[in-house]
Amino acid sequence: MLAWTIYLSFAGALLLALAPNNRPALARWLALAVAVAGLGVAVAGFIAGMGQARTVFVDLPWVPSMGIHFLLAADGISRVLVLLTGIAAVAGVLFSWNIELRTHQFFAFFLALIGGVYGVFLSFDLFLLFVFYEIAIVPKYFLIAIWGSTRREYAAMKLALYSFVGSSMVLIGLLAAYATAGGHSTTLDALTHAGLSPSFQMWAFPLVFTGFAILAGMWPFHTWAPTGHVAAPTGASMLLAGVVMKLGAYGCLRVAIALFPRGLDPWGFSFLGIDSWRTVFALLALIGIVYGALVALAQTDFKFVIGYSSVSHMGFVLLGLMTLNQIGMTGAVMQMFSHGILAGLLFAIVGRIVYARTHTRQLAELETMHLSKRLPFAAWAFVIAGMASMGLPGFSGFVAELQIVVGAWKVNPWWVAAIGLGIIVGVAYTWRALQKAFFSDRLPSSHELEHEPKFAAITWPEVTGVALLTGVSLFVGLYPKILLDTIEPAVKALLAGGGQ
Amino acid sequence: MNFAELFRVTLPETVLEITALVILIVDLGFVRQATFKTRVITASLLGVAGCAAALSALCLQAGTGVYLDGSLILANSGLVTAAQVGILVMTALTLLLLICSTYTRHVGEFVSLVLMSASGALLVTAARDLLVIFVGLELLSLGLYILTAFAKHNPQSAEAGLKYYLFGGMSAAFLLMGFSYLYGLTGSTNLYAIQWNLAAQGPSPLLYVAWILVVAGLGFKIAAVPFHLWAPDTYEGAPASAAAFIASVSKVASFALLLTISQNLLQPGGLIPGPKDLVEHNLRGFYQTWPQLAGILLLLAAASMIVGNLAALVQTSVRRLLAYSAIAHAGYILLGIAAQRAYSGPGSAFDFFISTTGPAARSASAVLYYALTYGLTTIGAFAVVAVVERATGSDHFDSFAGLHKRSPLLAAMLLIFFLSLAGIPPLVGFWAKFNLFSAVLGVSAGSVPFALVALAVALSAVSLYYYLQVLKRVYVLPGLDETPIKPHPVTLAVLLFTAASVIVFGCFPALLQNWIAGF
Repeated sequence: MLAWTIYLSFAGALLLALAPNNRPALARWLALAVAVAGLGVAVAGFIAGMGQARTVFVDLPWVPSMGIHFLLAADGISRVLVLLTGIAAVAGVLFSWNIELRTHQFFAFFLALIGGVYGVFLSFDLFLLFVFYEIAIVPKYFLIAIWGSTRREYAAMKLALYSFVGSSMVLIGLLAAYATAGGHSTTLDALTHAGLSPSFQMWAFPLVFTGFAILAGMWPFHTWAPTGHVAAPTGASMLLAGVVMKLGAYGCLRVAIALFPRGLDPWGFSFLGIDSWRTVFALLALIGIVYGALVALAQTDFKFVIGYSSVSHMGFVLLGLMTLNQIGMTGAVMQMFSHGILAGLLFAIVGRIVYARTHTRQLAELETMHLSKRLPFAAWAFVIAGMASMGLPGFSGFVAELQIVVGAWKVNPWWVAAIGLGIIVGVAYTWRALQKAFFSDRLPSSHELEHEPKFAAITWPEVTGVALLTGVSLFVGLYPKILLDTIEPAVKALLAGGGQ
Repeated sequence: MNFAELFRVTLPETVLEITALVILIVDLGFVRQATFKTRVITASLLGVAGCAAALSALCLQAGTGVYLDGSLILANSGLVTAAQVGILVMTALTLLLLICSTYTRHVGEFVSLVLMSASGALLVTAARDLLVIFVGLELLSLGLYILTAFAKHNPQSAEAGLKYYLFGGMSAAFLLMGFSYLYGLTGSTNLYAIQWNLAAQGPSPLLYVAWILVVAGLGFKIAAVPFHLWAPDTYEGAPASAAAFIASVSKVASFALLLTISQNLLQPGGLIPGPKDLVEHNLRGFYQTWPQLAGILLLLAAASMIVGNLAALVQTSVRRLLAYSAIAHAGYILLGIAAQRAYSGPGSAFDFFISTTGPAARSASAVLYYALTYGLTTIGAFAVVAVVERATGSDHFDSFAGLHKRSPLLAAMLLIFFLSLAGIPPLVGFWAKFNLFSAVLGVSAGSVPFALVALAVALSAVSLYYYLQVLKRVYVLPGLDETPIKPHPVTLAVLLFTAASVIVFGCFPALLQNWIAGF
């Protein structure tokens, strides 16, 4: 059933590409309808899949002579991420409601990107997964290059090249694994059980992991993320931070870790305390957490703050993956979901609700605008999103980060010390941005307030979008069991199947 | 020599030649006074009809095996027929593109030359004799030189024609020299006889000389570095349909020839006279030389990939960009050709004589798959370039600015072709690359092939940059001129056909693969 999310999105993209140029309203409603339908399917699939192991939707021989299958299936991890994609798609369309330039093309690229993302999460054939992974690259480029802002062409090209270089690394690993396994099949199951030699896995793992992790914003390959997020139009930023970075993390989990588990084994020697690829990537993840947070603290552009916070939060995901234990990896998947929702919300507030009215993202300028009084909706939405993002109990971020911390503690307590530093700085940059942008010290006199022009009223798509995203984050934070019950068995199966 | 039999076997080539003559007569005789438009349409449609007739003649006799009579040896089984069908289809597409052109009044001659070149290409693909190969190659090339210089009032065209001719003459000399060494070594011009003789006498230093000369000669035809210098100028100066013809038909024929020579000539197969032990001993020695012979191809492959992709980064003319990308693609294909190692590891070499389905055969079909789909995509790209050029007067990147507004359809087509060339799924270019690279890794394990495949994949990532440079102008930057561009309906049909094949073969790769394997 979940396979329909893919078909619907691509059909919608095609329809919008052919739609007339002069009917923006039609394009918007069509895109919203497709996104909502996708979300509906995702929710239905999620509910239907509760308590079930992997379900196969389609399994057709695609290229029989090479053993390539059109194999769409879902386990708990896929279902959760498909659900996230559905939510992010609807929210993204809602916050792109003000796109007036080439509206139908915007939504065509938007839905093509969404379709590719759904496809990656549902593919259980490595070749098919890679196809969807690459399909997602081109729409990203055009979304940023055409509808973006600050240095958009540079940022779009940078993003496209980083993605393509990452996917080239994945492709080399894929080809090598396929040829080494005898060239009979490209399904993930077959490759997992192909008995790839430990020495092969030892070099294939870092190659493929790094290839995917580039898209997950792993330090030091994260530099596409802040520039890309900032340059992208709001709807695209929400998708980039919300789901595209998850593609990378998902690939690390589903392909790199599951296929090449022996690649995580100790090397047999130790250099400066580093004795395996696992330690290498865990260290990079920790650096990402702390570095992203520190850089976010120093930004003067509101959107860059959120951009670097994404790098920091994705560091949590990668660290969770490197714990290789049940709780840590469950936390990583949970964090993917949580960050997908919250990053979308933050970008929506900064890039759409605030920027569309103030036309600036400079914290120094926003400071003088008394936004808490003039845009109370944005201010309070940001307070909620910021709280959730720094990991306040009651929101989704708390559950996720707590699990990652527990998982990391089991492996190496020193990791937790670094995480703690990251969380503290995280609180600091969120407070700083909140205070500067909305609650500045310079309280306006009533006289000043009267003379400032009124901002446009908050529109219904904005209210709906904010309500959707905060609602989901709060719901998952208060009742995490609903996702955990689905994620945990899948992670357990993946750890067992991966030979750990 | 049985002439009836000869006529039957060379029927496709004969049909093309006769059509060429008929077109000349019709154009110069019957419709001489008619308007230019009528003449172009008559000539092109007659040419397309000739291609169709040749195609049906080809299908009639497909799979009848090898025709052997004196020095005339023509194979028409296996990959040969697939390549020939591809050549005829591409020729027909090129002729259809001619319909809206205006650069020459001598349409009859142009179409005739295209058809004669195409018949040369058919001959090259099928021939298994050095003399016939050379004659076919010259028939193909001489036509191409003239076609390149056909736009008489454009000095660039003449310059391109001259350059192409000089380089071509030089490379033909190399090729002939190599052939003469092969003849000297074995006393025969028949590829099969050469194969047997070489297997019986084992490798010799002279063989390396011969091989290097042959590779140099053919390296020119496929525009492999360092024999690529003609390509950018020719692609830039030649009339669009001539350039498309050079980039597709001539490429396919030359790759098929290189494949034949490296498969049949340098990897002995077939029935070898002599005591079994001796032959097997010689064969073993011989197979050990293949990695060294293939090493030359690998060198060319690496150089072409690197130079082609890096030089393409700095181009500002779309035609030159396509030329450098063609050089890069030639590098990828050479990788596949080099991976023709039939024998590896222990076991009797004889096992491979009867095997036509092994990894080496897969690699050959992957090479052909790549060459065919690449040719098709390039024709499409050149068709778009030609239309834009006619509207704006230049093929500079900036002429493409705002194309999505001037003609959304053309823009979408260019998007499809360029993304396919860059290897983005689900378009056919991606599948061709995947198929080729996995075949290379499947045939030859080891660090060198793997490193080269890794290099190829990495350079594909580089290639996305320059394709996006053009697409950025098409979709992102505003154009100075926003008057709509209306392509000719026939051009539009060709574009739609090509784009549809690029998408369909990309989404259902097994279709074309099974078709090639079916011959």
